[in-house]
Amino acid sequence: MSELLKISGLHASIDADGIPKEILRGVDLVVPPGEVHAIMGPNGCGKSTLSYVLAGREEYDVTAGSVSFMGQDLLAMEPEERAAAGLFLAFQAPVELPGVNNANFLRTAVNAVRRARGEPELDAVGFLKTVRAATKNLSMSDDMLKRNVNVGFSGGEKKRNEVLQMTMLQPKLAILDETDSGLDVDALRIVAEGVKNLRSPDFSALVITHHQRLLEYLGPDRIHVMVRGRIVRSGGPELAKQIDVEGYASFLTEAA
Amino acid sequence: MPAITETREQVEKLGQSSYKWGFETDIEMDVAPKGLNEDTIRLISARKEEPDWLLEWRLAAFRVWQTMTEPTWAKVTYPPIDYQDVHYYAAPRKKPGPKSLDEVDPELLRTYEKLGIPLHEQALLAGVEVPEGEEARLPVAVDAVFDSVSVATTFRKTLAEAGVIFCPISEAVRDHPDLVRKYLGSVVPAGDNFYAALNAAVFTDGSFVFIPKGVRCPMELSTYFRINARNTGQFERTLIVVEDGASVSYLEGCTAPMRDENQLHAAVVELVAMENASIKYSTVQNWYPGDENGLGGIYNFVTKRGACRGAKSKISWTQVETGSAITWKYPSCILQGEGSVGEFYSVAVTNNYQQADTGTKMIHIGKNTRSTIIAKTISAGHSDSTYRGLVRMLPKASNARNFTQCDSLLIGDRCGAHTVPYIENRNMSARIEHEATTSKISEDQMFYCRQRGLSQEDAVGLIVNGFCKDVLKELPMEFAVEAQKLLQISLEGSVG
Amino acid sequence: MNALAPSGRSLAPFEARLSGVHDVERKSAAGDLARTGLPGPRVEAWHYTNLRALSGHVFAESDVLFDEKEARAVLASVIPEGSIFEKLPRLVLVNGRIAPGLSSSTASLPEGVSWSSFASAPDFGTQTSPQRDPLVALNTALASDGMQLSVATGVKAGQVLLVSLALSSSGVVSFHPRHNVALAPEASLTLIEISAGNDGQELYFHNPVLTCSLAEGAHLEHVKLQQEAGNAIHLATVYADIAGHATYESFTLTLGSALARHEVHASLAGAHAAVHVNGAQLLGNTQVGDITSVITHSAPDCISRQTVRNVLTDRSRAVFQGKVLVERVAQKTDGYQMNQALLLSPTAEIDAKPELEIYADDVRCSHGATVGALDEEQLFYLRSRGIAGAQARQMLVEAFLIEATDLVRDEVARTLLDGALADALLNRITAEERGS
Repeated sequence: MSELLKISGLHASIDADGIPKEILRGVDLVVPPGEVHAIMGPNGCGKSTLSYVLAGREEYDVTAGSVSFMGQDLLAMEPEERAAAGLFLAFQAPVELPGVNNANFLRTAVNAVRRARGEPELDAVGFLKTVRAATKNLSMSDDMLKRNVNVGFSGGEKKRNEVLQMTMLQPKLAILDETDSGLDVDALRIVAEGVKNLRSPDFSALVITHHQRLLEYLGPDRIHVMVRGRIVRSGGPELAKQIDVEGYASFLTEAA
Repeated sequence: MPAITETREQVEKLGQSSYKWGFETDIEMDVAPKGLNEDTIRLISARKEEPDWLLEWRLAAFRVWQTMTEPTWAKVTYPPIDYQDVHYYAAPRKKPGPKSLDEVDPELLRTYEKLGIPLHEQALLAGVEVPEGEEARLPVAVDAVFDSVSVATTFRKTLAEAGVIFCPISEAVRDHPDLVRKYLGSVVPAGDNFYAALNAAVFTDGSFVFIPKGVRCPMELSTYFRINARNTGQFERTLIVVEDGASVSYLEGCTAPMRDENQLHAAVVELVAMENASIKYSTVQNWYPGDENGLGGIYNFVTKRGACRGAKSKISWTQVETGSAITWKYPSCILQGEGSVGEFYSVAVTNNYQQADTGTKMIHIGKNTRSTIIAKTISAGHSDSTYRGLVRMLPKASNARNFTQCDSLLIGDRCGAHTVPYIENRNMSARIEHEATTSKISEDQMFYCRQRGLSQEDAVGLIVNGFCKDVLKELPMEFAVEAQKLLQISLEGSVG
Repeated sequence: MNALAPSGRSLAPFEARLSGVHDVERKSAAGDLARTGLPGPRVEAWHYTNLRALSGHVFAESDVLFDEKEARAVLASVIPEGSIFEKLPRLVLVNGRIAPGLSSSTASLPEGVSWSSFASAPDFGTQTSPQRDPLVALNTALASDGMQLSVATGVKAGQVLLVSLALSSSGVVSFHPRHNVALAPEASLTLIEISAGNDGQELYFHNPVLTCSLAEGAHLEHVKLQQEAGNAIHLATVYADIAGHATYESFTLTLGSALARHEVHASLAGAHAAVHVNGAQLLGNTQVGDITSVITHSAPDCISRQTVRNVLTDRSRAVFQGKVLVERVAQKTDGYQMNQALLLSPTAEIDAKPELEIYADDVRCSHGATVGALDEEQLFYLRSRGIAGAQARQMLVEAFLIEATDLVRDEVARTLLDGALADALLNRITAEERGS
């Protein structure tokens, strides 16, 4: 299969006080297996909306277009089915779950996904072994596993927790929604290493970012520029460098 | 929202089949005729071969009850109860007070087996192998109450060796009359309220616990209540006395068959803690809640009160309330002893057409008394749930402290969740803090869990258990696991 | 819900006057009252505030004539001559009747603002529920006069003063003024209400009812200073109907009277409406001060805020009852309620009942209550900086109350409250300190 993810003519809108507001206006995008693609674009261009629509958030109305994921109709699937199929969204603002133990949450998720994939569930010992190895790689303390999901986590801890979940859930496609925002240099490197460790012919990533730095770590195969709900230009890594220097001004006129 | 609605509808189709304790046991019963008058009370007292003073106490309570009216201040509504249309005594037709388990009707033993209540001491002792990573469990001594009478009490010998008395209260009346006479009604007087007076008049059985000075009860004590007979009220009475420096952890569970009619349960629990004594009283209340249309279910009108009489004594109530059609229940602490401590941890879940009005009273009388109230209310379906609590600091309660946290979670838009705290302070050095919140499970939380592969049901279960964590962690381990499962089952058919 | 009728109190204190009413509305209210009686302690809404003080008296109608000199003296005690408050348009009632000689002329009102007397054309409106609220029934039956104020569409009316003075009468009297404020769409007004009485007179009972209706986008800030005579009974009821995008912001400062209750029924009837029911009570002697509110969210996206602070000395008692009712349609409700009390005497008492009744699932409602003494650590901090005893306590108490009055948005009104508060504190706290 030459395409893991294929988005064709995707339109989506959100209800704004009773009036549908169109945010995605015909997105076309293909991500082949094993590649890292980046989406860049000015604030409000629809990058986060795209990630939510792909993960199945219900507030968004898909009004036209299609998305196939590993040959399946992604839009027909429930959010948890998409997760089981191998789509992972690293949230820009990870959600807090008061009273829900982080390790317990992770184990419940891992086993739900494994069950759906027809894999054997991990027992407590097997799970702990795997998760300890993963936390070590991400320079996370065991203490974070004992705390409640994202409650009282610093921005950096939340993002690391997202990468930990990603590592444990072994997705085919990870969408990183501004995972680099709010991270200092060290945290950024750790998070980037975490993603890089997953790189394989079976793993693709769609990285939503404003910054060149994360991309330097990850070495993306393709860069897509999104403006006003459309991909207006795609190219190699050099495109990211151009944006870093010139900004989006030239693309804005392109989109108009 | 759409997916949530969908799940709700989908799961609602499952109806109330989730109440797996709803079977009925076919057993020969000795049942008193319906109706309540002095003759009924004399009959109960005679069946139990009670001394005269107790019969007189019952009759006095009955006379007070006749002058009383049902309380109407709670936020619950139900058709009038015909107190003459109830059987006030029902007992398995067997000699009361079997000497050993071998004498218990095997059908009864099977019932408790089905309920997962261990009555066989041997089996339990044999099963002490502890899986790796789990704490070793204390054995649990059980008093099983079937309809009106206690059918079996386990581990009595082991307990007796430690000096602990754990037996049916009817037996305690016979074997320890002075103790019973001294403490019965000393915390909840016979005429305390309408239901307590009714209970005093007609109570049939219940558990009696006495922990002598300095004894730490070597095992968890547990009473399991089962209503089985039709049209029968259950009026059990529990009395726990813990002397200086002694302690006990007591668990209480309850179930009933699924029936179309409403059944009445009016229990009284009295706790007495002397100096440095500690009582931990945990309840998992799982009476039949009625079906998805609100038909049937138990009316649960319960008076529970503990007196911290001695200095530095402690009474802790933990309750997980998932059952009953109507719940009216306020486990309370009278904090008289200097430096005594009262705690109330509660999870109340209502679904379908259940109504719960529950909470606590913390009456601070002594100096340096402290109380903590953590109440979690979850309403789903068409249900209504109210937290009602009183914190009262009396003039002598110098430096007393209370902290109260009440949180409500609404699931769906046809239910109600209410918080009615009464806060009264008459001591300037006493400090009261009260916080309450009402919220729902957010779309963000649901989506986050589902993106990680959890089904909606599991996501709700996880979030609700998280919401209740501060209470669940107060339960003894065996109960905590059961309670978590119960929460999830209780909310089936409503999630969203 | 009560199976038994509430054990109401006898109407004897008002019987003679009640039997004399004749028009339909008053008669109906008197009938309601005859059914319920005055509220007794078994009525849940009056659980904490006992009206036994009304028993044993017969409350006559107040005298029509009054001593102008006495009136001016009492007026000056709350509106000092030459102060900014003296320049504001004001309507003054004496013993429940409008006193034109003490009031501003109609001509002094800004354009788009008008007032008239209730006595000239009694209109009870439809907002109140005499069947449910016995004191409102009593007011309806006996109301003699009051202010009917209206502000036209879009008019920013600024501040208007409503002053109610109680002067020496020939015996025990009661007066029951009936006020109404109507704001047209997008109109705004600051209503400063002052109740003051002459100390040293016989017991009187002031029982005002104020109905407020706010049309779309209107804004009413209602600031009340209650400084009745020390032996007075002041039981006030306010109704506010708030349309979409309108805001009713209120603050009541309770300083005077032996027994006081300020009861607010606010109804958020349109989306994006807001209500603030704030207040502070500084009580001493055997004073009882009660702030009770029922806020009903009947529309989505509304906000309610309530902050009440109490400072209690001597054998005084404060009551706070706050009920927030969120109806099923009122999604996205944002409700917050906070009641705090400082107990400065071993014989003072606070009783609070903050209540949430919620039927909508997408809401954010919370309430909090704290009760305690002055913070020893703060006292110590002040002392370590050389501020000792009474002064340190007064500073902390004042700071505690000022944090409440800071919620008053209108600067003129806030200045009035802070001034009254400072005077009261000076009297109360230092007296307390001398006594202990």
